[in-house]
This record gives sequence, structure tokens and C-alpha cells, in this order.
Amino acid sequence: MTELHTKPISEMLQDLDNKVYSSVELTRHFLERIKQFDSSLNSYITVTGELALARAEQMDKARQQGNHGPLAGIPIAHKDLICTRDVRTSAGSKMLDNFISPYDATLVEQLEQAGAVILGKTNMDEFAMGSSNENSYYGAVRNPWHTDHVPGGSSGGSAAAVAAGLCAAATGTDTGGSIRQPAAFCGITGLKPTYGRVSRWGVIAYASSLDQAGPMTRTAEDAALLLQSMAGHDPRDSTSSNTPVPDYLAHLTQSIRGSRIGLCQEYLEEGLDEASRAAVLSAASTLESLGAVISDVSLPTTKQAIPAYYIIAPAECSANLSRYDGVRFGYRCDNPQSIEDLYKRSRSEGLGREVKSRIMVGAFALSAGYYDAYYRKAQQIRRLISEDFGRAFEQVDYILGPTTPSPAFALGEKVNDQVAMYLQDIYTIAVNLAGLPAISLPAGFSRGLPVGLQLIGRHMDEPGLLRLGHQFQQATDWHRQRPQLA
Amino acid sequence: MTQHDGTHIPGQPENNQPSSSVDEHIVLNVAELSQLHIDASDVARCVLEMTGVLALFEQMRDVDTTGVEPMSHPFDTTQTLRVDEVTEVDQRTRFQAIAPEISTGFYLVPRVVE
Repeated sequence: MTELHTKPISEMLQDLDNKVYSSVELTRHFLERIKQFDSSLNSYITVTGELALARAEQMDKARQQGNHGPLAGIPIAHKDLICTRDVRTSAGSKMLDNFISPYDATLVEQLEQAGAVILGKTNMDEFAMGSSNENSYYGAVRNPWHTDHVPGGSSGGSAAAVAAGLCAAATGTDTGGSIRQPAAFCGITGLKPTYGRVSRWGVIAYASSLDQAGPMTRTAEDAALLLQSMAGHDPRDSTSSNTPVPDYLAHLTQSIRGSRIGLCQEYLEEGLDEASRAAVLSAASTLESLGAVISDVSLPTTKQAIPAYYIIAPAECSANLSRYDGVRFGYRCDNPQSIEDLYKRSRSEGLGREVKSRIMVGAFALSAGYYDAYYRKAQQIRRLISEDFGRAFEQVDYILGPTTPSPAFALGEKVNDQVAMYLQDIYTIAVNLAGLPAISLPAGFSRGLPVGLQLIGRHMDEPGLLRLGHQFQQATDWHRQRPQLA
Repeated sequence: MTQHDGTHIPGQPENNQPSSSVDEHIVLNVAELSQLHIDASDVARCVLEMTGVLALFEQMRDVDTTGVEPMSHPFDTTQTLRVDEVTEVDQRTRFQAIAPEISTGFYLVPRVVE
């Protein structure tokens, strides 16, 4: 059992089938690891140990009876932005510290139907706003590779928990890179699906035209396994796609020979860590050796994606977060003197600094006199970014580059420099603005910290991204490297 | 097209170009729009922070967007419609179980009308 937590889900499923161990034993193993290691990592906000063991027992019985879903008995964790019925869903915020969700998100229901066991809820930047997981009401998460460094954000708890073997896999959400960037920083696989591929119903909203949930796993094959259950049309989310869900696993082993991959030149310019650049170029060579055709592509509006994103996302958040007013649920200030005092003090006391800052920037960009100069201009740039991708995808099938400009940075390093923190998202946010799918894969190390490789695909081409990821992982062993935990 | 929320903030930029000029008045006004209270001791920091963010937005000036249609959603499709029938069941008790303060099925707030 000692190295059980390092196995990919695909192997755990075989072991469960072969009765090498039971789901109860597997779940207990992860719960013991959480108890042993999470005090130093802080990757979980809530651990649901008793519920998990009871569920694992049910799944063992179902497996014995041959009546079970594809993920029966696999212990996973959910980002605490995703509503779980009768379990606290805090969004990493004091505002929702007391919020016991009255319902499950659609993706939680789907994974439950598939048989997954929920170990708990993972730490995150408050309301998914952050790139370091230092904006959590529950304290910063530490990177398992180097505990003085950040795990990335906003799905930092999910990434750290997967990397440290504190769950078999986790869910995350990605509004501007919040699955891919922490996946890169922690040396795991993270897939941001096409906008609309996974239902947003029950995922607490940050920026509704950008938010998308996806799997965070050790391998691309595991991401395919999770996405298979998470994807699909949901009548409760009017933006969810009714495009049929393909068999992701069936595509994994198909050859990538002839796949056209473009190296994005703007992503390799000045500002990129040298070891990360070398890792990307080495990955391109590996993919070429597997039969892919590598060429250069250009995304000219890359630099302006950051201001466009940091206007559009705050503008949407200023509307979405207006619901937190101390009336129906969440934090309420003591002894409100008037309705206005209730709203203002509940929001001011219940929300953290970065969240308040983004709400204010969003309200500013939407306000009379500034709307055209900021919000409309950002939306026009969003169009140009989308057109950049359209032109690139006429030349190539996939776009390759680094996930982040550098490996994980030190805790506290950027916490007082908001703009420096925003610049961390330069390679990830354009994907959200265009609604595309993208995957981050472990591709090397820089200064002892993992480096992530990003592959971007056309709308709904998750099968192609997962296939490239799987083939790359068959040819490399970066995804098999594990941090040594103290 | 300009969307108005009914509140005008002075010092608006000319020629629809971003401007990084932020002062105390703008910060307090935006806080008011956002239903947020800012301590007097924190206003200067907010001005500084917002000035930094708006300076980042200046990069948008480099791009000519004349005639470019704004994009508000990743897919330019109309939203799907569903049949107009009631699908939600009454869950008032369940939802009000997590409310800060209720009475006989109502959410309680401070007195609004004296």
C-alpha cells in the first residue's frame, strides 16, 4: 500500500477489479496521508472522511455485484468553488464560510453517478481570483515540491493535493488559467475544456463567459477518464453545449502522425524562463519524433490579452458577486443599522482584498464615461484574439507553448504587486477569452520545480489534446516524478 | 454604444481611450457603486493599486480596434431556450435553513421604511 497514492486512476481501477485492495482501503490510505501531510500543505479546506468511507463501502459492494460506474471507488476531491450538497462550499471566502450548499453541482452529480468517492473540498484563491492561492480566507497552500513556494492558483489546493498524493484526482475551474497554471506549478496534468463542454450549474460564478470546470490528474489518460463523466449537455446551464460527448479513451492510443503543431512565437519571447523555454522546445522535438509536424505560428494580440481579461473578468465578477449582500445566505455583519449598512458592511467584512479590488475595477470599467474606453475596447480585443486563433488553426491543428512564464514563485514574492501577479497569466488567458480547450502537461524542471507545457486545440477537440498528452506521456516520464514530502 | 448605470464618474477619458488617471474621488465613487466601504486609512492604497491596474490597461491603446465588433461570449450563438414551464420545486425551507435571519418564511433585513 505504501506507493498506492502514486498510481494513476487507470491502474487503481484494475487493482480494484482484481481485488488487490478495496475502495475502503484506498480511501483510508488517502485519508491517512491527508492527516499526515496536509498540515504542512493546507490543500484541503474540508475533509469529509466519514462520508468518504461510507461511500467507499457502498462502491465496494456495487463492484462485487458488478453494478457500478466507470470510476467506482476512486477517491477524488472537489475544488471548494463547486457546490456539494450538505457539505460546506466556501469558495475560499469568509463570505461563504458558513455556506452549506443545499444542492450538488451537475458535475458533482455526474462524478457521483460514475462512482467517485469524495474525500473533501480543496483550498483555492477566494472566488477563484488569484494566481498563487495566497488569497484564501483559509490561508495559503504550499507547493509540495518546495513548501516555500506557491502551488499556483486559483485551483492551487486541487493541484497540490494531486501532486502530493492526497487524492487520486481533483476537479478545478479555469477562468484565466486556474486549472493549467497550478497544474504546471505542481507537475500534474490539467485540462481546461472548451467553454460549454462541462456544465457550470452549481459552480460558483466568477466570470460567466470565461468560467469552465475540468479535471486535474496525474496523467492525460486519467483526465480522459474524469472528463468522460463530467462532459455533456445540461439543461440547467443554458451555455452548456449539446455537442455529443465522444469516447475520449478510445482516441488516446491513435497515432499523432501528421498532427500539425504550431509553436507560438509570442509565447517564446523575452520574459520566459530559460529552462522553461528549453523544456518546450524539447517537448516539440519529442512530439516531432512521434510523427507530429512542427511549425511556427503567431498570435499577435497575445500581450493585450492581459488587459482585456483583467477588464472583462472583473466586469463580470462585479455583477456576479453583487448577490453577496448578507440577506439570503453567507456572511452577515453584526447589528446592521440600515439596509445599506447591512449590504456594505457584510460585503466589506466578508470579502477579501483582491476580490474587492476586482469588483471595484469591474464597476469602474462598466460605469458611464468609461464603458467604451475600457469594457467595449476589451471586448473588441477579445474578438481580435479569437480571430488570431482562427487564423492559426487554418495553418495548424494545435498550438504549443509554455503554460507559465516561470516555474512556481516564492510565497509572498508577488503578493503586494498586483500587476506582476496578473502578468503570470499571459499564456493562459487568451484561451478563455476565445473559449478554447487547452491542456497543461508536466514537461521538465527548472530550479527543482516543475515546468508545464501547454497545448491548445480547436473548439471541442479535447480528444486530440488528450491523445497528444497521452502519447507525450508514453514517451516521457515527467508525469511520473513525485515530490518528497516532509 | 454606451451603457449607463445611472452614475457618472467625473474625469472620464477623451476619445474613448484608456486613461490611467485615478484619484480618491473616483475610488470612493466606485466603492459606492460596488456597495463596499473603504476605511479612510485605506483609500490611498486603493488609489495606488487601481492606478497600477489602469496603467496595465493602457496597453490596449496599441491595438487599432476601429470597426471591430465587440465579443461578449466565446460563441456568437443565441442562448438556447427551453419550454416555459415550471421545473423548480418549492425548497424554501431548505434554502432558508442557511439564511442569516428569517421569520415565518421571510428574509429579515433592517427596517427600510419608518
